[in-house]
Order: sequence, then C-alpha cells, then structure tokens
Amino acid sequence: MRLTCPLCGERDRREFYYQGAALERPEADDPAAWDSYVHLRENPAGRVRDWWFHEAGCGAWLIVERDTVTHEIYGVELAE
Amino acid sequence: MRLAGGGLIDRGLPLRFRFDGRDIDAYQGDTVASALIAAGVRMVGRSFKYHRPRGIVTAGSEEPNALVTVGEGAAREPNVRATVQEVFNGLEVRSQNAWPSLRWDAMSVNDALAPMLAAGFYYKTFMWPRAFWEGLYEPVIRRAAGLGALSGEADPGRSETAFAFCDLLVIGGGPAGLMAALTAAEAGADVILADEDDRMGGRLLAVREEVDGKPGAEWAKGAVTRLAAMPNVRLMTRTTVTGAYDQGTFGALERVQRHRAQGLRDCFWRIAAKQAVLCAGALERGIAFPDNDRPGIMMAGAVQAYANRWAALPGQRVVLFGNNDSLYDVASDLVDAGADPAVYDSRAEPERAAEGQPFAVHAGAQVVGTTGRRGLERVRIATVRGLREVRADCLCVSGGWNPAVHLTCHMNGRPVWDEAIQSFIPQEDAIPGMRVAGAAGGVFSTAGCLASGFEAAKGALDALAKRVVPVAVPRARDGHYRISPLWVVEGPGRAWLDQQNDVTVKDVRLAAQENFTSVEHMKRYTTQGMAPDQGKGSNVLALAVLADATGRGIPETGTTTFRPPYVPVPIAAMGAGGRGHGFAPERFTTSHRASVARGAPMIEAGLWYRPSYFPVAGETTWRESCDREVRMVREAVGICDVSTLGKIDVQGPDAAAFLDFLYCNLMSEVGAGRVRYGLMLREDGFVMDDGTCARLGEGHYLVTTTTAAAGQVMRYMEFAAQVLRPDLNVRFASVTDQWAQFAVAGPRSREVLESLTGPVDLPFMACAPVEMCGVAGRLFRISFSGEHSYEIAVPSRYGDALFRLLVAQSEGLGGGAYGMEALNVLRIEKGFLTHAELHGRTTAFDLGLGRMVSDKKECIGKVMAARPGLNGPEREHLVGLRPLAEDGRLLAGAHLFAEGAEAIRENSAGYVTSAGYSPTFGHDLALGFLADGRARHGEVIEMVDHLRDVRTVCEVTGPVFFDPEGGRMRG
Repeated sequence: MRLTCPLCGERDRREFYYQGAALERPEADDPAAWDSYVHLRENPAGRVRDWWFHEAGCGAWLIVERDTVTHEIYGVELAE
Repeated sequence: MRLAGGGLIDRGLPLRFRFDGRDIDAYQGDTVASALIAAGVRMVGRSFKYHRPRGIVTAGSEEPNALVTVGEGAAREPNVRATVQEVFNGLEVRSQNAWPSLRWDAMSVNDALAPMLAAGFYYKTFMWPRAFWEGLYEPVIRRAAGLGALSGEADPGRSETAFAFCDLLVIGGGPAGLMAALTAAEAGADVILADEDDRMGGRLLAVREEVDGKPGAEWAKGAVTRLAAMPNVRLMTRTTVTGAYDQGTFGALERVQRHRAQGLRDCFWRIAAKQAVLCAGALERGIAFPDNDRPGIMMAGAVQAYANRWAALPGQRVVLFGNNDSLYDVASDLVDAGADPAVYDSRAEPERAAEGQPFAVHAGAQVVGTTGRRGLERVRIATVRGLREVRADCLCVSGGWNPAVHLTCHMNGRPVWDEAIQSFIPQEDAIPGMRVAGAAGGVFSTAGCLASGFEAAKGALDALAKRVVPVAVPRARDGHYRISPLWVVEGPGRAWLDQQNDVTVKDVRLAAQENFTSVEHMKRYTTQGMAPDQGKGSNVLALAVLADATGRGIPETGTTTFRPPYVPVPIAAMGAGGRGHGFAPERFTTSHRASVARGAPMIEAGLWYRPSYFPVAGETTWRESCDREVRMVREAVGICDVSTLGKIDVQGPDAAAFLDFLYCNLMSEVGAGRVRYGLMLREDGFVMDDGTCARLGEGHYLVTTTTAAAGQVMRYMEFAAQVLRPDLNVRFASVTDQWAQFAVAGPRSREVLESLTGPVDLPFMACAPVEMCGVAGRLFRISFSGEHSYEIAVPSRYGDALFRLLVAQSEGLGGGAYGMEALNVLRIEKGFLTHAELHGRTTAFDLGLGRMVSDKKECIGKVMAARPGLNGPEREHLVGLRPLAEDGRLLAGAHLFAEGAEAIRENSAGYVTSAGYSPTFGHDLALGFLADGRARHGEVIEMVDHLRDVRTVCEVTGPVFFDPEGGRMRG
C-alpha cells in the first residue's frame, strides 16, 4: 500500500501510523456525543475517512479517503 | 543422457556436484534437475504420503516432485526445487522423505496401505481416545508423512530486503516480456524486467523456433543485450515476482547468490511500479490416467526444454500422450535429438496428420496404465485397434496449458474460463495498473506473444503519458493451438492429481460424495493444492474432476483462491536483517560505555539499554548491589542516567494554552523557572502518561515523558496541535537525543553539584540555566527518589564526560552510580508511578490524583474522566502493601483477596503492580490496586501468587512508605 503525502510525495505505508476514523471532536459536554466520539465506529465496507500520521516522514497528520473493499485511495490531505 | 551437441550449456565449464553421495557431472548452465536427467537419474524422491518413487516432472519453479535438500550442516536447506537450483562445484544435494535410502524406503509400506489412507482418513480414524492425538498419533503421522527437515541449528545463511521503484514492471522475460520491456524502454520509461530464470527468454530457450530470422534463444539474447545497455532498464534475473499488492506494490524474491558456493542467499524486494505487465507465461498440466506418477513420466514441454536447452534427454523410447497440438513440436525435436518418439493423441482427428512426420502418430488413443518398479518401463495404451503395451523409458504428457493467472488473483480477481484453450484466463483489470500479455493471457503463439507484449507496453506508456517510439515487432511463428478436453482416463489403479500432496482422482470424488462439493471445501478435505507448489500443475485438473463428480461445469465450479506468494518465500528473506541485534534498533545513552566498563548488566527499556546495577567487588547477587545502591542514595548520593526519558521542547506564544489543553492540570500558571508534575489523559479519560513540565521562559517549556511512552506522546501532541487545536500558535520538537541528563540524588547531592558549578541555591521544583567546566546546561530540582536531588542536563556530546565526573565526585562522598533496580526500589518506597501503574486502565482518581484534573479549563480526556463509574468506591485504588511477617514476600502480578476468601478469580479484590525488597525498611514493599482501597488503609488482606505459589498476609497502607511528608525531598 502506498500513500501520497501532500508534503513528501508517494511513500510506502510503513512510513505511516494509522489512527482510525476521522471524527469531529465534540464541543459540548453532551455525554451521548462523547460516547459516540470515543467508542462508536461505523466500520463500513466501502468509503472511509481516516486519520494517518506521517510518523517516519514529515510528521503531518493526514486525512486519507480510501475504500475498504477495493483498497482504492481517493485522496490524501493535510488535517490542518 | 547428455546429447553430443547443442543446448545452452557451457561445455567449456564442466562442474561436479553430489547427489545422495554420488558424484554427478554437469556443465555451467545446468540445474540440478537437468544434470540428473543427463546423468540418467530418474528417481529423485519419495512422495509425501505414500512414499512412492518420484522423478522430475517439470523444468521450472512449479515442480511438484523434485524437492531436495541442499547444503550441509546448519546451513542445509530442505525442499529446494531441483529444477530451480543451479549447479556449482561442490554442491551437496540429498533426496528427502526416504529412510534408510531412496531405493529402499521403509515407509513405502504406506503405498500398500493406500486403500486405507484416502482423503479424510486422519479425520475419521484418529478421533479417539482424545489424549492419544498429541502424544501418539500426531508425532507418528508427522514422521511418516513429510518433506525435508531443517537442521535444527541456527542457519548461518544471510538474506536481505530492498525497495525498488519503476515506471513499468515487466513480470517475465519470455517473448512477450522482452517485447514489452523493449517497447517501454525505447520510449524512455524506467523499466524493471524480472524473470525467475537465470537467463531471460522464457519458452524461447526451450523450443526451436525462429524469431526475426534467427533462433529464438539468440533473438532473446540480442534483446537482453539491447536492454542491458539502456540506462533506464534494470534487468533482474533469478527474481520471481511473488505477489501483487495495493497501489502498484509488488513483492519479489531474488535468489541472489544461490548459484554459488557462498554469498547472499535471497533478497526480498518490494517494488513500487506505476504500471505493470504480467508476462508470466503458461504452465503445462497433466492428465489423470492410472499410475501417472512414475519416474520417467514428465510434462511434454519440460522434456522439450531439457532436450533443447540443456541437451539432456530423459529417455530413448519416448511415448507422447496428450490432447493438444503442442505434442508434435516436442516429438519432432526428440527425433532430431536422436530419440524414438511415438505420439498418442487422444483426439480422433489430430490437426496435423500422421503423414510426413518422422514419427508415428496414433489418433484417438489413451494411456490407460503404466508399469515399472522404480521408474517407467511399460505404457499400456488403448487405441482404436485395441489395447497395446509398449516399452518406454519416458512418457511425455500434455493435458493443455494453464495461463499463469496467479498474480491477477492476488487482489480478489477471479479468472475467467476460456473454452477455446480449456483453461482460465485473467479477469480484465484485476490488478489496477497491470496488463497481461502473452501466454499468461491465453495467447499461445510466439508471434501473438510478441505482438501482445508490444500492445501491453503501449497501453502502459499511454497511462504513463509517455510517447510510444515505434518498435518493430519481429517476425515469428503464428498459428492456432487446438485442444480437446481430456482430464481423466478411467481404469484400475490410482490416478494422481496433486503429486506433491499425493491426492488422487478417487480422493476428489470421495470428497464430492461426502458433500464437500465446493471447490474450497474439496481442497481442504483432500489437501489438493495445499503443498508448497500450491497446485500449480494440478488445480485445474482437480476441479475438472470435481465438476464432473458434481455434475456442474468447470466455470460454475470455479477455482480456489490464489494467494501470494507465487513461489515459497523463506521467512528468512522476508524478515532479513531482523535477527539477533538486528531484530530491533538499539538506543544507547551517553553513559553506556562508562556503565559497561563498570560491569553493569544492561537491560532493555523500550529500545534503550540502561544499567541494571553497578556491582562492586565482593557482591555476588543483583540484590546485594541494589540494596547497597539504595542505601547509598538515602545516606549519601547517587548518580543515575535519566536521558532516556522523552524530552520535548515546546515554544510559541500559545505554548501555555497548548499545554493546558494537553495536560489535565494547569501548566499556564507555572511561573518561569519553575517545574510542575503533570498528568496526560487519553480522550476516554484514562491516564496516558506522566512527566514534568519545566517553564524555561515565557513562551518556552520543556516537557518530559516516560521512556516507554515518548513516541506515543509526541504523536499525540502533534495530533492535538494539528487536528484538535490548529488555532494555537505553538511549535515543538523532540530533543531527547540532544540532551544527556543525570539525576544527582541524595542528602549530599548538593555538595557533588557545587563541586562542579559553584554555589547552587535552587528551591524544590525549580529550574535554571547552569554552567560547569565552561559548558552551558540546565539544572532541575526534581526528585524521583524522595531525596534532595537534582537533574542536570548538558548537550549530549558532554554526557560521557559529565557522567564520569559526577560518579567520581560522588564516590569521594561515599556515593556512586546506581541502576534501574535501585531506581525502582527508591520510587516504590515513595509511591511514585511508572507504567506498571499507568497501564492504560487507571484514571487520575484511581491513582489518588483526581484533584490534579483542573476545573478551571478544558483538556483532553476531561469530559470522559468525569463519567459515572470512574470516580468512586467501585474503582480499584492505588494502595501500598506491607507484609505482616518480616520475611513475607510481595510479588508483582499477584492478586489480592480478603482474608479467608478462597483465592479464585471471582474473589480477586485487586492486584500488585510493583514490588521489591526495601533495604530502608528491611522487608518487601509493594504498590497495587485494591477495590475501594483508599477506604481500607490498615486492613489486613492476603496476596496470592498461584504461579510462584506464594501467599503473604499483608497490611494495606497509603502508597507513600518513605518520608510521607516529603521533608527530605523539599529540604
């Protein structure tokens, strides 16, 4: 698997750390929203948005859009 | 027999190797298989299950039978395919799975028992008694059935891994691959051409066809010479592409110097290719007729390869049996090689009439059986005129050709049945960016292969946005390939499908009869295709048998899933470099050499190596050293390298706000020149790590992490800064390796320090710049021992000198260096935390640090830390434990039980996380977690360690045993 870091270019997946689904951190103290943020994941067969960290590269956190079935990568962008 | 002339071997370079102790002559260019055939050796091994005599069947990496052990001693390697292993002088080769010898094998009794040993035999027979399985059945079965054995010693062979990159990866160097590589290379693309043979050319080396008016092998040689001269081409011979993965990544195994007596064994490549062309060719398959596994029965195309490429003739009286046109070229090549071939074509009307051929052709004939004790002697044939038996020493079989579709299936592609060639061809676009050309795509003529190689390269160049430079496709033989299906010839006796796993037609039919009708179920029930060759030559045949037995068509039956790797890949190649010290990187502190010189045993702490203790003369156990070092710190002074703790330099106008968000306690209110202990939570409210946070200036902090969590904390800080709080203007960098840091701990620590720096007046939890011997450093008044102590940091290049100096100064005051064991005892005595306590399931509340979670601000984990159920008596709290008897042992990992309660899991009230002998108190001490522990100080409970069989009655205390008021630390 290869990811194209917007700063470094195309790299082998071993340079990256995988975090998980790219979710919005809740603003308020709503317990249900926090429960969902911390514990609940969709796990879809298809398109997903994930956090990845270019740990052995530039140190940028990235959002990777990819397909869990075909393994196609639709895009990689900086999280910032 | 070796032919007098011809072949692509170098007769000027004779070689000699040994097979089962016997000298065999060979030439440069020979494989073990070709040399054995030239030497007239027919039997090369015994089969997996029935110990049947077996011979060489193919001339390539798909070989099912000729598995041999190569080399001697610790470096010997089992299950090497004789068809792939090149000969060199002094090579030692042994046959496998036979005892006492290949000719007289005791276990061949299995063959006589064959009627009992059909598919499912083990499952049905060794059901009971259950206890017999591990002790008796399994070891006996393992010994009886099997392949070669490992030496059992550490293998001294060396391998490597490597990455490669290209515009176009061409897989296979036959006519299609060479043409594709030439076309792409001329257009300026970066090309890698990989072929598993030691010589490019593919089938052109095995057949006698002309390309561009010259012999095919010569044309191939010319093409390779042209490619080798181009700077944008990398030729990789002896390299099998083993797998196709996401985004154009391919795995490849290069047998680097296996053709030499010494050198690198393998290199496992990861090749990143923008485009790829698969030109892996096709594999010939057999026909299941009774007793089709005798030595001397071979694939027709393999016999042709041995005769033409290696000038090695497997037999003189040759019977050719098949259902397609490819037999006829083989027969005519054999005539020219001086053999006496006869073709038995199963088709009623073969394409090429018998007339005009220099060999006999019998139409509508089928081989119905063979005889011969250790190799083929006679072939029984049913012809239109009736049954006949002919003497033969070689039987060439061709049941058709299967395109090598394997790589196209590695990403869930399903091959498609092609009626015309009676085999599967690759699904279109099965691997993104990969095209298929030549025989791998079902194109079987040389002209067709060349043209399709050119077309595939053109397509790849289009995708690469490169202009195609016209390349002439050379003239070559064109023509149709015709085949009429024939899978099984019925008759008495067993007909083999998978020779490597000893699976017969009867086994597959039995599987169908017992309702294992799905091809995947049949495979697992019979073990068809599950041997190292993965059924390359037999799978299609087996599923044709299954299709027939279940009354379905072959396309409906479908294939099993081909998975990587295409050929066996040694784990030693994939994991090359990862043994011994290569298994993980090693990180050394600046005091490493000085510590080792003092005889300190070094222990791993993450990737770091830290001194366990510093033994002095007369000490014989680690405990003696540890006890002395603890007393030394409590009574005088000790020096300890603490550089392994993560150090992160945080700067910027919003640095304070950022750290407030990151830590659960307030860091913004720490004044410049002060240090604060901090706790970092995860978003779920549990503690992630602890450390200190020193404010060096207004917008400048230095935070420390635990040794183990340094990487994780850095990653988390980047996440917080880039994702959660991009609004904050803050930058940070790891400076762990830039600073060497030493703890100077004990009542006389100030004296040691002042001997280097001059007067020091630093209050507890303060920090300041410091200069010693002209070197600028940093001084922190912090303590992990409970004593009056400092941590002093200097740029790493001064670390070694400073450590030696500090130790020397301390020794003058009755102190010295101390190691991890003493460090641990000192902190247990003080109830200080490590990752034994911060193990990911404890909250600030559990640790008694609930009040550190500031209510004045938001921080990571704050909301979830306040969840119900995380802040009350239902939690297990950090406590101290003290044995009631002086000699009572406390052990980490042990569980805690109410006195008198049975020591079973349901009654566990908590557990011990850290324990050790305290020389300060004269008995063991422990930290642990106990249900509602803070309300139970003074209670007596029992510690039970079932593993070490220790029970200790102990008292629950607060976690701080030593100097609970902290006067020594602050004073």
